[in-house]
Amino acid sequence: MKKELDYMSQRVIQRKLNRRDFLGRASALGMSAAAAGTLLSTAAHAAGPVKGGTIKIAVSGGSATDSLDPALSTNTTMTTITRMWGQPLVELGETGGLDNIIAEEFSASPDAKIWTFKIRQGISFSNGQPLTADDVLATMERHAGEESKSGALGILRGIKDMRVDNGSFVLELESANADLPYLLSDYHLMIQPNGGKDNPTAAIGTGPYMIKEHEAGVRTVFERNPHAWLDTMGHAESVELLAINDDTARMSAIQSGQVHIANRVPPKVASLVARARGVEVRSTPGPGHYVFIMHANTAPFDNKDLRMALKYGINRQEMVDKILFGYGSVGNDTPINASYPFYSEMEQREYDPEKAAHHLKASGHEGSVLLRTSDNSFPGAPDAAALFQQSAGAAGINLEIKREPNDGYWSEVWNKQPFCTSYWSGRATQDAMFSTAYLSTADWNDTRFFNEQFDQLLVAARGELDDTKRQGMYADLNMILNQEGGLICPMFNDFVDATTDDVAGWADTKGFDIMNNYAPAKMWLVG
Amino acid sequence: MHLALKLVAQRLALGLLLLLAVSVLIFAGTQILPGDVAQSILGQSATPEALANLRRDMGLNEPAVSRYFSWLGGALTGDLGTALTSGADISKSIGSRLGNTVFLAGVAAVIAIPLAILLGLLAVRYRERWPDKLISAVTLASISLPEFFIGYVLILIFAVNLGWFPSVATVYDGMGFLDRLSVVILPALTLTMVVLAHMMRMTRAAILNVMQSAYIETAELKGLSGLQVIARHAFPNAIAPIVNVVMLNLAYLVVGVVVVEVVFVYPGMGQYLVDHVSKRDVPVVQACGLIFAAVYIGLNMVADIVSILANPRLRHPK
Repeated sequence: MKKELDYMSQRVIQRKLNRRDFLGRASALGMSAAAAGTLLSTAAHAAGPVKGGTIKIAVSGGSATDSLDPALSTNTTMTTITRMWGQPLVELGETGGLDNIIAEEFSASPDAKIWTFKIRQGISFSNGQPLTADDVLATMERHAGEESKSGALGILRGIKDMRVDNGSFVLELESANADLPYLLSDYHLMIQPNGGKDNPTAAIGTGPYMIKEHEAGVRTVFERNPHAWLDTMGHAESVELLAINDDTARMSAIQSGQVHIANRVPPKVASLVARARGVEVRSTPGPGHYVFIMHANTAPFDNKDLRMALKYGINRQEMVDKILFGYGSVGNDTPINASYPFYSEMEQREYDPEKAAHHLKASGHEGSVLLRTSDNSFPGAPDAAALFQQSAGAAGINLEIKREPNDGYWSEVWNKQPFCTSYWSGRATQDAMFSTAYLSTADWNDTRFFNEQFDQLLVAARGELDDTKRQGMYADLNMILNQEGGLICPMFNDFVDATTDDVAGWADTKGFDIMNNYAPAKMWLVG
Repeated sequence: MHLALKLVAQRLALGLLLLLAVSVLIFAGTQILPGDVAQSILGQSATPEALANLRRDMGLNEPAVSRYFSWLGGALTGDLGTALTSGADISKSIGSRLGNTVFLAGVAAVIAIPLAILLGLLAVRYRERWPDKLISAVTLASISLPEFFIGYVLILIFAVNLGWFPSVATVYDGMGFLDRLSVVILPALTLTMVVLAHMMRMTRAAILNVMQSAYIETAELKGLSGLQVIARHAFPNAIAPIVNVVMLNLAYLVVGVVVVEVVFVYPGMGQYLVDHVSKRDVPVVQACGLIFAAVYIGLNMVADIVSILANPRLRHPK
């Protein structure tokens, strides 16, 4: 029977037998539908990519106000669209490290201040124009310029000089940064002809696809880029992307087979979605975390004992179980988890009402502590706040919860009020994460964390090219945040996506959800 | 005919005046929103120079009155300005969204209005008997359920379980008419269930009111059948209140369907407005407000005019 099934599954992959017939015959041979489906998807994966067909994908986050300029891309829908037509210099590898894309190779000077990216020869943009190092330079100039509104402006600060040197792009930094290549994998930094200075929204790049139709916040249709050069992507003949923000609508689209891939499965319904025929729920660990943030310089949170009391007063495992429904892992009051390149283990802080009560007493704080929350600070935030209230209450801490409106939460509450719920999507490296939110001078220092020792160590780690030493430094930085910081990080959320068994080629990937937003470009249709 | 014409002209003038007043309200409303438009576009990290530049570019330094008139002048000539967020031409992008909304409303109306009136007539014919009670019970039940719930139930049955219609009603340029129709059928059905009861009950009440009249008794004495009496003699005289409620519901179908658009991912005006409100894109919000107001006032005006023309005493004054 095994042989017959194998033969039949090969026939399906070669498109000589359709999937429905295969499942029918497999069940006639006494195999359960689920087992037959698994057999088929394993076989499809093993057989390798199939060309052709149209992949349909439903993605959240899109809005009628979105611009096609990669500099302005702010949500999953736009990031996914950008990755279809564009390519960065380097990209996060599926299992870690970096893959060279537009850059053929890169190297650093020993002081990690001068970086040289050798630009790949013989590749062209989708309009046929050959890509040169000058295009790379122009792209970086546009994003780093004075007038730039680019989301990548922050990571391109501190550049002393950029130039083209004999087919290579050279970046000279004011101070050392061993992570520079990671930063350049940022999703805004798609290489465009002349850097997109002439027409930033043209969506012309070197990616596997070109945009055929686009209505912002509604639908985008892609067709294969005839000049595509990277054969690990672009298997489907065309891709249709639907922007669907309503969770239920997105889930019913995948359950009814209207799309092959959907992102952001709400953890609450993930087990129900997985029960639909032919739908598989994919859970990938990521750097995103749901947090409670205190301003460490504002009363009463300027008192380290009160911060400690709150850190011991939260039940992390309960949050993972009840807020993430198990699709996640516990946090340790730092923004870093195992998905970062130089991660090292640190003793886990547990829920301990006695220690919490001890620190509360030591802090001398009287009365309640006001916690602000809203539904959009992270999914289930008001529920998480209520759980926190309960667990802290057991330690004698009186948490008062104030529910704020979704509208204006990010402008009026987050980074303004001293204690609130929030969300971080994480960054590619420790340095990027710490520099974005925990360095004294960070734009988004949302815990008002000003620690000289931390700042110095962070800058030193940035210039350290010895990986072992760097790992040690990041462990120390983590420990400082864990002890002194204003961050209470109870949980890291997994990315939960769904695919149907009409597509194959899924691989858990570092970065963002749906295979770091590459799923429609890297997956292929079967049967 | 003279009196009726005069009344119609009066209605038209009143409608235009009302629209003008609404435009003042919309403009004033967006001006007194907390915070400055330039500030909300640039966000918290805005530098004073950038703010000053943007204010100048947007003409925010002009007095409000002159800004109002230049905005109104633009709107009258079809120029609604450009969106702050994407820089797109508002008239153009609203055009296709409005088209979508009108299409969905149209399909829903084509199903709902004849159905409501027919059910209303049947309810009168069999009043206080089981068909009347059944019709009332079913339509009242469907209006009592929130529309997102009806939408999800329809999706579960017809899209997920039976697979007859798509759950996602994305329409786009260049889509064939029949494809479009099959895509909007579920949202149109949802809307039908939401507006049906109101129109049906009003038809029933209006006709029942007329049924008390002496001429109905005469018609019955002539030996006409029940339905004939209702359709030929009662219905024409109950048209004014029915048209009123039909127009009210039509206006609702155009301006009040945000929830259904979200549930079915339909690219209409509601979703477009919500996207821009959340980004504080004031010109788009103003434009949408003006269009919604125009639709509302326009349809009510039509209802008024129809009731004037349907009144024989006004058509043939002594």
